[in-house]
Amino acid sequence: MVSEGYSNARGVLAARRRSWVGWQFVGPFMAVFALVFLAPIAYSIYLSLFRTRLIGGTAFVGADNYLKVLQDPQFWSAFGRVALFLVVQVPIMLFLALLVALAIDSGRLYGSAFFRISVFLPYAVPAVVAALMWGFMYGTRFGLVGNINEAFGLSLPDPLSPDLVLASIGNIVTWEFVGYNMLILYSALKVVNPSLYEAAALDGAGQLRIIWAIKLPALRGALLIATIFSIIGSFQLFNEPSILKTIAPNSVTTYFTPNYYAYSLSFAGQQFNYSATVAIVMGIITMIVAYLVQLRGMRKAV
Amino acid sequence: MAITRRRALLLGAALTVSITAAACGSGDDGSSPGADAAAPAASAAVSDADIQKALDTGGSITVWAWEPTLKQVVADFQAKYPKVKVNLVNAGTGNDQYTALQNAIKAGSGVPDVAQVEYYALPQFALAKSVADLGALGAGKLDGTFTPGPWSSVHVGNGIYGLPMDSGPMALFYNKEVFDKYDLKVPTTWDEFAADAEKLHKANPKAYITNDTGDAGFTTSMIWQAGGKPYTVDGTTVGIDFAEPGTQKFTALWQKLIDGKLLAPATSWSDAWYKGLGDGTIATLVIGAWMPANLESGVKAGEGKWQVAPMPQWEAGGRATAENGGSSLAIPEAGANKNLAYAFLKYANVDEGVQTRVDGGAFPATTAQLQDPKFQDKEFPYFGGQKVNQVLAESASQVVSGWSYLPFQVYANSIFNDTVGKAYTSSTTLQDGLKAWQDASLKYGEEQGFTVK
Repeated sequence: MVSEGYSNARGVLAARRRSWVGWQFVGPFMAVFALVFLAPIAYSIYLSLFRTRLIGGTAFVGADNYLKVLQDPQFWSAFGRVALFLVVQVPIMLFLALLVALAIDSGRLYGSAFFRISVFLPYAVPAVVAALMWGFMYGTRFGLVGNINEAFGLSLPDPLSPDLVLASIGNIVTWEFVGYNMLILYSALKVVNPSLYEAAALDGAGQLRIIWAIKLPALRGALLIATIFSIIGSFQLFNEPSILKTIAPNSVTTYFTPNYYAYSLSFAGQQFNYSATVAIVMGIITMIVAYLVQLRGMRKAV
Repeated sequence: MAITRRRALLLGAALTVSITAAACGSGDDGSSPGADAAAPAASAAVSDADIQKALDTGGSITVWAWEPTLKQVVADFQAKYPKVKVNLVNAGTGNDQYTALQNAIKAGSGVPDVAQVEYYALPQFALAKSVADLGALGAGKLDGTFTPGPWSSVHVGNGIYGLPMDSGPMALFYNKEVFDKYDLKVPTTWDEFAADAEKLHKANPKAYITNDTGDAGFTTSMIWQAGGKPYTVDGTTVGIDFAEPGTQKFTALWQKLIDGKLLAPATSWSDAWYKGLGDGTIATLVIGAWMPANLESGVKAGEGKWQVAPMPQWEAGGRATAENGGSSLAIPEAGANKNLAYAFLKYANVDEGVQTRVDGGAFPATTAQLQDPKFQDKEFPYFGGQKVNQVLAESASQVVSGWSYLPFQVYANSIFNDTVGKAYTSSTTLQDGLKAWQDASLKYGEEQGFTVK
């Protein structure tokens, strides 16, 4: 009895000590995690439940802000714009990245290291600088477009006009991120076992057949990752429109993209609560879309 | 003085500034200017002796401002009052600083003792009681110290919420070389301005009379000069009416210029804009009196070519002008040492500091400096030796009275290009664009708890 009770107590003590030790290891991480990941999200959710007005102060409004977002035409127009961007720009960009990755991996390219670095280089340019640079080039008066018009007597449409500005932004983003995606795809190609290629060659498969039957299936996982990154990137579009607004204020509205809308709401309109709501709703939509894409990608893989 | 005031929207530095392009300012005004300033707040008035005592006792104050000429003022002030320590902090230009200020006030900590606030943004702070009524500190006695435009701009309701630091009475800056080359007459009326616009663009399809891609500050200043009063503000009741006659005068003229494609499609403060000002493809600017220093530093190629003339008029022989930009120094309500803060305000904006800033290139708001022969007779080498300040000081005395901005003009200006901007890029008319702006602004006002007329 005694010894049993003793061993029980010891067991409990040991169990306690074990769990405590575990927390000691996890603790530092959990503290940082709570502080820099959970706290901002919790604070945003807290903010989104209130409404502060210039006249009348702050009041608890429950889900009002969320209902307002769902009926806000400016929010949905912003969402529609990034959705269109996603559907058009992302496939183009990934297709280009795929071509470049396959070209480099084919081993038939002369100076492939230089080529690889050149394609990747734009990714090393900060997005703000890239947008500024392209902004200058798009100029119809003093920029590259203006020079081309002058040299060839053309009258190219203004890339910064309201109808074309989204396509122009797509061009900037493609330029920036083809290299990045190429690198993801290229590294996936590098891990393909060379014996597969040898076997395919022995079976008399041509290059196209090898791409179709070996390389593309090997790229599936990497493509999925690249797609999810691109979805998140598209939905978070901010730098390029905000820089271009300084030179084309009438083409880029304050609700051009959801992120930009949230930014305008809080910094120009002092509507922090509504801005937080927009950010949360957009975050949830992004999560859902990314999850659906992942789910679909996984199912195909099986 | 090189890169001055709210307008310093350097493209590169502009990630955030740019977005809130509203920072391009104009003056603003409370509803009842001048006269009622004599009635200071009922609370125990602070006497000059109290202010002097604060200076003698000393202490430390923090000043948030981006005005470059204040640096020298702070140095001189500390030399004169060795017990006082002034921390001059640049917390951002225009809207960036307002956001920081609003956040600090909300948080209740880190609030500066003095803050630079543009005229158009002051009512917003006054209304929220974020800045102190200086009437209690003796500002009521300063009647007549400042020119009417800026002085009425710091009045909101019955209070005085800042001391004017600089002002931007408008004038016509024009490139004389271009005018001579194409045999244009310097316009004295807006009709002549439009005629010049057509003649110039016909003679050289690359040249434009001026640039405009939709600028809230410019548009409201033009309506102001035309005698329009689209904004009516009475406490927390606001009304907006862009169908009134003053606005229509402006839209009739400007629509003609837009339809004729006679305005350079270059956004102010952009790279293309500076280039255009230098190479003669943008021939004039109708802009505030703080522009000379910007031309000197930003448009070196224009040296000796630019001249200044009075603002074109709506009626031949008229002299009316309007304010475009300018800012005040205000004292946040949460500041700890208001007496000392006010002493600094007075030094910087009324006493010795004004001359220091004028010498640094600022355009003052005080009548004493504006009428000073030394100020008026200064020859500007950049302007071919022209005594530019004579034209500008004259403009300062002819500002149309009674203008008022919205108590949420910062936000309203930020959505100007969403609405009125369409008039510059599509078949929407300027008048329709203004109507859309009116509706969007009123909607915001309503959401913010204002009573909308």
